[in-house]
Amino acid sequence: MSAPSALTQIQQQIREAASHQRPIRIRGGGTKDFYGESLRGEVLDMGRLTGVIDYEPSELVVTAWAGTPLAEIEALLATQNQYLAFEPPAFAPGTTLGGVVAAGLSGPRRATVGGVRDFVLGASLLSSQGELLKFGGRVMKNVAGFDVSRLLVGSLGILGPIADVSIKVLPCPRLEVTLAFEMTAAESVRAFNRWLRTPIPVSATSWWGGQARVRLSGMPTAVEEGVRQLNGERVPTAEAAIWWAQLRHHQHPFLNREQPLWRMSIPATSPLLSIAGEVLIEWAGALRWVRSTTPASDLRAAASALGGSAALWHGGPSQPMSAPLAPGVLALHRRLKSQFDPLGIFNPDRLIVGI
Amino acid sequence: MSEVSAPASANDGSDGPFAIPAPEKKRLLVAALRALLPVDAVLDTPHDLTVYECDGLAAFRQIPVAVVLPRTEQEVVSIVKLCHAWDVPVVARGAGTGLSGGALPHAAGVLLSLARMNRIVSLDQVAGTARVEPGVRNLAISEAAAPMGLYYAPDPSSQIACTIGGNIAENSGGVHCLKYGLTLHNVLRLRGVTIEGELIECGSEALDAPGLDLLSIVVGSEGLLLVVTEITVRLLPKPPCARVVLASFSTVSQAGDAVAAIIAAGIIPAGLEMMDRGVAMAVEPFVHAGYDLTAAAILLIESDGTVAEVEDEIAWLSVLLTKVGAQSIAISHSESERLRFWSGRKNAFPAAGRISPDYYCMDGTIPRKHLGRVLESIQAMEAKYDLKCINVFHAGDGNLHPLILFDANVPGQWERADRFGSEIVELCVALGGTITGEHGVGIEKINSMCVQFSDSERAIFSAVKVAFDAKGLLNPGKVIPTLRRCAEYGRQHVHLGVLPFSDLPRF
Ligand SMILES: Cc1cc2nc3c(=O)[nH]c(=O)nc-3n(C[C@H](O)[C@H](O)[C@H](O)COP(=O)(O)OP(=O)(O)OC[C@H]3O[C@@H](n4cnc5c(N)ncnc54)[C@H](O)[C@@H]3O)c2cc1C
Repeated sequence: MSAPSALTQIQQQIREAASHQRPIRIRGGGTKDFYGESLRGEVLDMGRLTGVIDYEPSELVVTAWAGTPLAEIEALLATQNQYLAFEPPAFAPGTTLGGVVAAGLSGPRRATVGGVRDFVLGASLLSSQGELLKFGGRVMKNVAGFDVSRLLVGSLGILGPIADVSIKVLPCPRLEVTLAFEMTAAESVRAFNRWLRTPIPVSATSWWGGQARVRLSGMPTAVEEGVRQLNGERVPTAEAAIWWAQLRHHQHPFLNREQPLWRMSIPATSPLLSIAGEVLIEWAGALRWVRSTTPASDLRAAASALGGSAALWHGGPSQPMSAPLAPGVLALHRRLKSQFDPLGIFNPDRLIVGI
Repeated sequence: MSEVSAPASANDGSDGPFAIPAPEKKRLLVAALRALLPVDAVLDTPHDLTVYECDGLAAFRQIPVAVVLPRTEQEVVSIVKLCHAWDVPVVARGAGTGLSGGALPHAAGVLLSLARMNRIVSLDQVAGTARVEPGVRNLAISEAAAPMGLYYAPDPSSQIACTIGGNIAENSGGVHCLKYGLTLHNVLRLRGVTIEGELIECGSEALDAPGLDLLSIVVGSEGLLLVVTEITVRLLPKPPCARVVLASFSTVSQAGDAVAAIIAAGIIPAGLEMMDRGVAMAVEPFVHAGYDLTAAAILLIESDGTVAEVEDEIAWLSVLLTKVGAQSIAISHSESERLRFWSGRKNAFPAAGRISPDYYCMDGTIPRKHLGRVLESIQAMEAKYDLKCINVFHAGDGNLHPLILFDANVPGQWERADRFGSEIVELCVALGGTITGEHGVGIEKINSMCVQFSDSERAIFSAVKVAFDAKGLLNPGKVIPTLRRCAEYGRQHVHLGVLPFSDLPRF
């Protein structure tokens, strides 16, 4: 189906649902159904709305319809030696660009290069009247009006379906080298933060099972200089690529076991948590995956005491995935929701129960 | 040096429901503010108020009812609570260097200066972060972090004076934001006060937070959503080495092609700036930078990183620039030479002030590929409006700063400059760009918002505003034009028939 006729269909379905105040469940590739709180309403299939609208390598921007598969966009960028630097997780084949933006999840480069939000330049939103509203644009700098396109990042559809997105892309680094170090988790967090405060071109860090891994990316001279300074064990290129891809796409076995898995997002320099359970560390310590049967309230309290938050990624006691919001912030969410979606039809309860 | 010193044009509150209070109500308001704050924190004499009548866009001036200068977040809370209860508009102000009239006072309102909240709360060398109050100057952060080998990357040319609170409000950029990002990319979290006096945390010192990403809507919101009271910024390690390549071109479009070629070949330089001959001629007698005055356009390309990395990049840039037809190339060999190469670009605004009684700085952004076309159109507009325009660009990210030269004392010149400017920004929109890249909409570009956004899109901006500030008391009359204003502007437009490139698709 062509994008214009898919868009017309989608707009019709929205108007229809709005006229009956029926909830709509916005769906791209359905690879992140596990993510968020509840799934409610009739499916609005954004996966039909596909195609790259514009790609100009020298402008460093790609614009595509929301249902375009992530894999298609990454393959296109690769032909020009460019890439999505925020390395979004795909979880499974079928992940769409719109889903990537709506979920707002970023990969191994988050602590060094930035997250999805940092690369979104513009987006279109569909209102509950089915109107196409355009925010931001295709240029690097734009401060006309509130930055609504970036507010959509991580909104999980509660403000409305995203129809298209413009994303900043970057040239692929000329060289990447991964180094490994035997060290404890606590040592690794200290080392990562020390290295990130130097000009060494660190692009990703991880610690798991007694081993820290550090990826350097950039101009060959700078990478080689960093390799000499850090003096770790060089991980063979193919093995390194598999390692970072496993972390990025959540295919690492540790992230896929049955026990409860907690995602602790805390300031990078936080000390190790005194919580029983195994840990996998990313983002120089700012992201800690914890397998633990410790009560949810203890985990959430530990994270918030450090100025962060804990989300129950999967498994375990039935309770909300995300940490609760402060009352004032929650009230603001309610007001934003009712302003964007007065009928309350878009993805109710998906981001926050009751909104 | 003011940006524009043209005849006054008041913000009389015509876009808002707030009437100028009667003298009796003014007196009561000032008395109530005095009861909340230390004696030196409330100003209301005409002499004191005049200091705050405008920001860097001096064409618009307005005297507020009072100016308040809180020292603490608690004082901010009590001020806004009072104003909320009394339905009094509040306009926040940092250093007042804004170029779009964002900090222009409201005739019926209180001007809230954050200048005294200027403490660096803490610096964390290990985490690479700084917690600061909003009145801290941009450069002061980098100065405080320098002993740790760290700095705050966004570097607006006004960085000696402008505050981090103002930077947040405008999502300000600088010459290094091509590689290091805008304000948004370098802020982790902030705390602000709603007009009702409630504290709201946005973002986190962790790398994400549950719920909507409120940080991204508050950054760039021009003081319409929250009064920002504390910010955590990210600090970066200072690159050990930086050098500049100066390249000149015989045509502007060649220089534009060179910019595209550099990016397409996979290099993101630390800075990539362009100036036209008009700017080179204006600055050279003044700074003696050694610019090639026979060139139509000059590129300044900065490379930073380790010594070896910079050497690599520079060698590679030199080859590429020769290939794309640079007529001369010079490379800085010392820090003083690097600064000399930059001095012209950094002094472009003051130089404009030297060669012309007044100048008007525009701020559109376009896709880079249209650089040549836009410059040609600007040349045609010089004839149409009978005013000269010289041009500097953040070429790497397509952000243009045409400086329209005029004399406010010659009747009609400011009006022509104003129309000239509107035509430039609307051309930017027609070419797929935007009316403002970094200076904000404020009061200045409020009419152009009607051109860039549809009624329904602007309704979303109003919706966001209502969610934060239902009474519309924070910086009223800025950024979001009323429907009536747009209808009137639309009629004017059709009448004059100046909508450029009306045949081009708008996205
Ligand atoms: C010579 C010159 C060069 C410049 N160069 C650049 C440049 O390179 N890049 C660039 O981006 N800009 C540039 N500017 C524009 C200006 O310096 C920036 O917009 C700057 O961020 C404004 O900061 P300020 O503290 O002066 O803010 P002000 O002008 O005082 O205020 C700007 C806006 O911020 C709001 N505000 C201020 N503080 C707060 C707060 N605490 N909470 C909520 N709202 C607040 C105000 O209401 C207003 O809307 C330049 C200006 C000049 C005069």
